[in-house]
Parts: sequence; structure tokens; C-alpha cells
Amino acid sequence: MAASMRLLVRRAIRLSHKNITLTAAGAAARSDCCRGSLVCRCFSDEAEDRSTHFGFETVPETEKAKRVYKVFENVAQKYDIMNDAMSLGIHRMWKDTLLHVMHPQPGAQLLDVAGGTGDISFRFLDYIRSQEERQKRRVARSSQTPSWRDISNNYSTQDEPRESRAVVCDINKEMLKVGKQKADSLGVSAGLSWVVGDAEELPFDDDQFDIYTIAFGIRNVTHIDQALQEALRVLKPGGRFMCLEFSKVNNPILSRIYDAYSFQMIPVIGEVIAGDWKSYQYLVESIRKFPNQEEFKGMIEDAGFYCVKYYNLTGGVVALHSGFKL
Amino acid sequence: MWLRIQRLNQWRFVLTSKDCSTSVSAVCVPQLHTSSTEPASSSCDGLYPGHIHTTPIQKALLAVGSGVAALRDPYRHDMVAVLGEATGHFALINLRDKMKNDPEGYTILTERPRIRLSTIDVANMASLPEGSFGREYIRFLDDNHVTPDSRADVKFVDDEELAYVMLRYREVHDLMHTLLGMPTNMLGEVAVKWFEAAQTGLPMCAFGAVLGPLRLNASRLQTLVTSLGPWALRNGLRARFVLNIFYERRWEQSLEDLRQELNIEPPPVILSAANKTST
Repeated sequence: MAASMRLLVRRAIRLSHKNITLTAAGAAARSDCCRGSLVCRCFSDEAEDRSTHFGFETVPETEKAKRVYKVFENVAQKYDIMNDAMSLGIHRMWKDTLLHVMHPQPGAQLLDVAGGTGDISFRFLDYIRSQEERQKRRVARSSQTPSWRDISNNYSTQDEPRESRAVVCDINKEMLKVGKQKADSLGVSAGLSWVVGDAEELPFDDDQFDIYTIAFGIRNVTHIDQALQEALRVLKPGGRFMCLEFSKVNNPILSRIYDAYSFQMIPVIGEVIAGDWKSYQYLVESIRKFPNQEEFKGMIEDAGFYCVKYYNLTGGVVALHSGFKL
Repeated sequence: MWLRIQRLNQWRFVLTSKDCSTSVSAVCVPQLHTSSTEPASSSCDGLYPGHIHTTPIQKALLAVGSGVAALRDPYRHDMVAVLGEATGHFALINLRDKMKNDPEGYTILTERPRIRLSTIDVANMASLPEGSFGREYIRFLDDNHVTPDSRADVKFVDDEELAYVMLRYREVHDLMHTLLGMPTNMLGEVAVKWFEAAQTGLPMCAFGAVLGPLRLNASRLQTLVTSLGPWALRNGLRARFVLNIFYERRWEQSLEDLRQELNIEPPPVILSAANKTST
């Protein structure tokens, strides 16, 4: 409750700068609708005048979220198969690279926004588990001939290490449903939770998570700066923001091949496998509308992150941006 | 007495000239009802509602992809539809010309009737006498648990009139089943495909006719090769062109009478609609 009230107050301050009056009754109603998970277009008058891009189309801002929701509702069942088909399996490498750069340690708390079918969270839990096993093995090996330090450590009371936790947050219930089914079939349940939430208004308190990831989701958000601010809010001091997203290919030859492949092949694959041309047309168009590596780095810095850097993967097809909250 | 045909305003058609494929913004009509898969405010930049522009490369890729998908899962009707659209350009021109040269076919091209649950009076047709075409069609729909509304929309045909011809062919397919007395199991579908391949010359029909039998078990394959197949081919070649019949005005006509008019023999083997799961 406190979180939503704080959110409400922040929104009120932001909007009072824009000379919109909030009535008490309106605020009370909005506190109910801003609370929790659903997209809340409370302040519609202002937003309707502004327009944004939906792929190469221009749509009012209020409509973009709805249309994006529809796209992912349609593709959810075939999402993972399509990822493999479109990227020829390379998306697995990108996600593995994210985990390697992240290098999470046991006890870390992850928030995987736009986590949908849970790819990042599953990898996170696997990585933590292998780290824990490695530590146990190290301890077992060293306890054969304990050093003075180990013996003195054994005397001191060790507190229970915190369990690692991954929270998958997505605005789309269909995607979360598919993710949960995947988790059930893999037999993964410990340390994993599924939450419906909007990246622009996360249903979490401040300073909660060690790591915030958003993989191939931020370009679908209507207000990217708001999503970045929310990321800053929910991260603990010292927490890390990591974002995988399609970006600009600088090499001209590779860029030509990539464009031809994107616009000729991907909608066809979408039609054949998922029976949905238009959703995949939106996907390739939305990639072109997203800011390039340097611009996005600037946006992350503007939101208040430090030590922002990016890594180009596959020649710039995908960029991994990382920043810290200090 | 003619039945009144209710025309859906979804297709407000303008008989464009042959160059209509070059005018992108020619026909841009707001849809009165939207299909469930498309967003309500989809950009109206095609020649007809649901039209998606494709380059020749994309058409080729679509043909290959949909062919493979349809082979792997023959119940993916949308893939069969896409295959037809991607490969059928020249055949569709031929069909359209055949329709234009026939008075009844020309009427169909002008009036553009649609066969959907909203345009056919199911209750009325079910009450028609036994043996009438309308009654048998309703019986076919019930026995096989199909509905005329499950036809995929035409998306990849780059001419508005040809798109209607394709749509008419798709909607008349169920009536073919009724005329030929074939159920919607694999054997029945292949038999109808042989008939349609001979009638229309669409590559997709030929594809289905040649590769469909691969999915039949031995006994059905034998039935196909010995009696059903030759019968379907023979009738396909000698029957009157099926797209030139205004079926909506013939619900009350007796089925036997219609078959004689079209020069179609009754089926040599009676297939039941019950066995749909096993091929």
C-alpha cells in the first residue's frame, strides 16, 4: 500500500508541474486503479494528444500498449519456437552471454521484467545452482586439509545465506502462463515467482532487488524513460541494471543482409509457424524504431545510473547495456 | 422463387481496371466487423481488407514454407490457404476469365455473394425437403462438424478481383463436398482435391492431390486409386465449371438434379463422416 501511495504522490507532483489538477475523488479512484498490475491510463486527456510509433505506424500513445498486448497475446504459444526459428538458435547465446556478464552469486535477488516465458530466470537459477555446487565442492576439497582460517571460520557462527530468488514480471498474462507451464515441465519451482506488472509502474517497493534485467522487452514499452526510472527505484544501492535489446548494426554489409533477412524472411516465418504475419512485421519494424547503442546509453545515464556501458553482440544485432545504481 | 441474398458490406467492391494492382490506395474501406485476429485499427493500406503486400521473394518463401507446414500437419487449413494464394496467380487469372465469359459466373463476379453463417438462412435451409441441395448441405455441415465461417481470409493475392475469385473458390469447397458426397476425412479431402485440381488447375490443388495420398493407409489408398480417384478426375474434367454456379439461388433444387446439370456422377463409394481421426 505504501508503495502505491508513494507512486501516486510522485505522479501527482509530476503532473502538477504540467498544470493538471487532481481532484480528491479522482485521486482516490486512481489509487485503486494504479495499485497492482494492470496498465493504467488514468490521465488520458494529455496522453491522447501525443502519438508514438507502433512499428512504422503512428498511433496515439494510449493505443500502443493495447496493441502491444494483443501482439504478445497472439504469439505467446509459439513464442519460443519462433525465437529459435528466427534467430536460428542464436538467441540462446545472447541470453547465456547476459548471464555470464551478470555473474550472479548465491543469494542474489533478480527481477526479470518483460520476462514472459522465463528464459532469463531459468538461466539465472541454473547459474546460481552451479555456483553453489562449485562453492560446495571447493569447501569439500579444502576441508580435507583445513587451513587455520577455515578452522577459525568453523568456530564462528555462520548465518544462513539468503536464498536466491527470481521474480518474473510481465504485463501480459498469456506470456506468463506459457512461462509457468514451462517451469512446471522443467520441474523448476523453488525461488521463482510470477507477477503481472507494468514496467512503467512496477508493483514492488523501493530498494528490493540486486539485479534488474529486461531482455528484448524495453522496445515495446511506451515510455522508456519511465521504465528506466522504475528500474532505478526498485534496485538496491549497488544493484545492477542489465538490458538486452536489438540495436543498430554498424557494418554496412552485415546491415544489408540483416535488413533483407528481417523484412523478407521474418514475417514469412511468422506466418508459416505462428499463422501471424502482422505481429512479426511489427517486431522487425519496432527494432528499427528503437534508439541506437549510444542514444540508449545516454537515456540510461539520464535516468540516474552510473558506469553505463554496452557490449555489442553478433556485430551489433543485439546490444547488452549495463548500469549501476550507486 | 429466388432467395434473397444478403450482401455483407465488408467488401464494398469497385470493379477496378486491370491496373488496380498498381494503385495502392485504391480501395480503402472501413471494416464493419473486425475479425478476431486483427487489431481493430489496422492500417488500411491494402487493396482489400486483410491484404498484405508481399514481394516475389516473400511469395516464394511463403510457398515453400506453407507447403512444408501443410505436409507436416494437413489440418493446418491456413497453410493450405497460404500455399494456394502464393502459387495461384496464373490459375486465378484463368478462373476469373472463365467466370467472366459465362453469364452466371459474370453475375457472381458482379454481385460478390459470400457464404457465411450470417448470409445463409440455416433454419430455412434445414426445413427444405430431403434430397434438396440446401438440405444436404446443412446435413454435411452437421455430420462433419464444420462451419462455413472457418475459412481463412485471403491475404496474399495482389489483385482485388482475383482475391474474390480465390475467396469464392474457398467458400465453394464445402459445396463441392456436398455435390460429390465426400466427408471431410483425409480420403474425402483428397478425392475432392483431385476433382478441384482437374477443374481449377490451381497448383495448390495439384500439390494436395499428389502428396495427400501419402498420408493414407493402405486400404484407403487402394480405394482412392481404384475407384474414387479416377471417378473424381473423370468428373473434374467433364463437369461444368463449378465456380460458374450461383449456389445461393439453388438451395431448393434437388441434389440429383444439380448433379445432372453439372454433369457429375454420384460417388461410386459411400464414405461415412464418422472416421475422421485416423487417416
